[in-house]
Amino acid sequence: MPLLKSLSARKNDLSKPENQLAFLSNGIFKEGELPFFKDKIAKTGNYPLKPKKLEILQLNLGYMCNQVCSHCHVDAGPDRKEIMTKETMQQCLEVIKTTKAHTLDLTGGAPEMNPNFRWFVEEASKAGIKDFIVRSNLTIILANKKYHDLPEFFKKYNVHVVSSLPFYKKEKTDKQRGNGVFDKSIKALQMLNAVGYAQPDTELKLDLVYNPAGAFLPTNQQALEQDFKTALKEDFNIDFDNLFAITNLPISRFLEFLIASENYEDYMYALVEAYNPAAVESVMCTNTISVSWDGWLYDCDFNQMLELKVDSKVQHISDYNEDLLNNREIRISQHCYGCTAGAGSSCQGTVA
Amino acid sequence: MAKTYYNPDDLRKFGKITEWSEDLGNKFFDYYGKVFEEGALSAREKSLIALAVSHVVKCPYCIDAYTKDGLQRGITKEEMMEAVHAGAAIESGATLVHGVQMMNKYDKLSM
Repeated sequence: MPLLKSLSARKNDLSKPENQLAFLSNGIFKEGELPFFKDKIAKTGNYPLKPKKLEILQLNLGYMCNQVCSHCHVDAGPDRKEIMTKETMQQCLEVIKTTKAHTLDLTGGAPEMNPNFRWFVEEASKAGIKDFIVRSNLTIILANKKYHDLPEFFKKYNVHVVSSLPFYKKEKTDKQRGNGVFDKSIKALQMLNAVGYAQPDTELKLDLVYNPAGAFLPTNQQALEQDFKTALKEDFNIDFDNLFAITNLPISRFLEFLIASENYEDYMYALVEAYNPAAVESVMCTNTISVSWDGWLYDCDFNQMLELKVDSKVQHISDYNEDLLNNREIRISQHCYGCTAGAGSSCQGTVA
Repeated sequence: MAKTYYNPDDLRKFGKITEWSEDLGNKFFDYYGKVFEEGALSAREKSLIALAVSHVVKCPYCIDAYTKDGLQRGITKEEMMEAVHAGAAIESGATLVHGVQMMNKYDKLSM
């Protein structure tokens, strides 16, 4: 069922990253039933995990969101007040001007809720980054009058919109993301199509993100994409470009769900059994730097939520140095099995 | 020993059957894996057949496995339940068609 409040607002033990990390290292892992991630990747010659060429700079503009999705790894919601300040944004802009990354990826929460979002997009777009992504939850476009023109705004700056839609049916989507989310998401997608997104005569890109609505792994991304395309076209005349299938990582609210529904052990077994060394080769943390709302640097968005800062002398955007950062070792724990299962998982979908 | 015949955790240990008969076990799992690949029937269709058969043979492990498999493949609950009905219809039909045998016997014995 969708939640009303974040773990943080509920003062749940799992709102503390150290408790999540302890949980993920105890039980079936401590007792030796399943191998620690470090040992698993060592066996396939992937330890220590090191960065490759930096491709994606991902900025989290804040944990505030108009939704409280039951699987959210950010523990985002209307009750979260952590928002990137203009000062930190300015520090990010300096980095964007010089980075070798070809993709800038804005995420949240709902990044559009940051009061300086539009200014930041306008400024960042001047840097000429090849692929400028905004991760939009779609419903924000209809949440308030002031957001209704977001499709036009995205179009103006040639923003690549990546949107979450857990399923092409109402019931599953609403169960995970809240009542009414599906209808609003459909309306928002139609608005994006109407201004030219995913239309043959434009280059405006609209991708969807699928993540399983429960304690199971995603199936073949291409097969799902075909199912989504057929259903959304037939039922709502909606077009989109690509579907990214993302595995839910066992942290934050999804971890809470796994424990409460007594699915945790089965889920971890499934992730470990599906371990794919080919996915490790291209795992997201090897080509991404994630920046938190307060400017700290992480190997990925998940490590950000677990407060595992990069293992480097450079840990903050104000000291950013790409060459130094590229020499670091990537920090890992058992949640990383989520990115190496099956065809792998990243913010850009499967990797192997 | 467990106090029940079925333990959900045993499903995870299915692969261990090879430990006591490696050659036969491996042959079975190779065959099993091949059967469920894409072929003249899609893997999705075969998943639904497997779900229906799981119910007919009343295998709790198989029901767990193919419900999860269906969810992963984006198979809807309506499709899953229809598959179960297809299995149930054949199973009840198999019982009922023996009614003809009963009728035949009844007629033969009766004056």
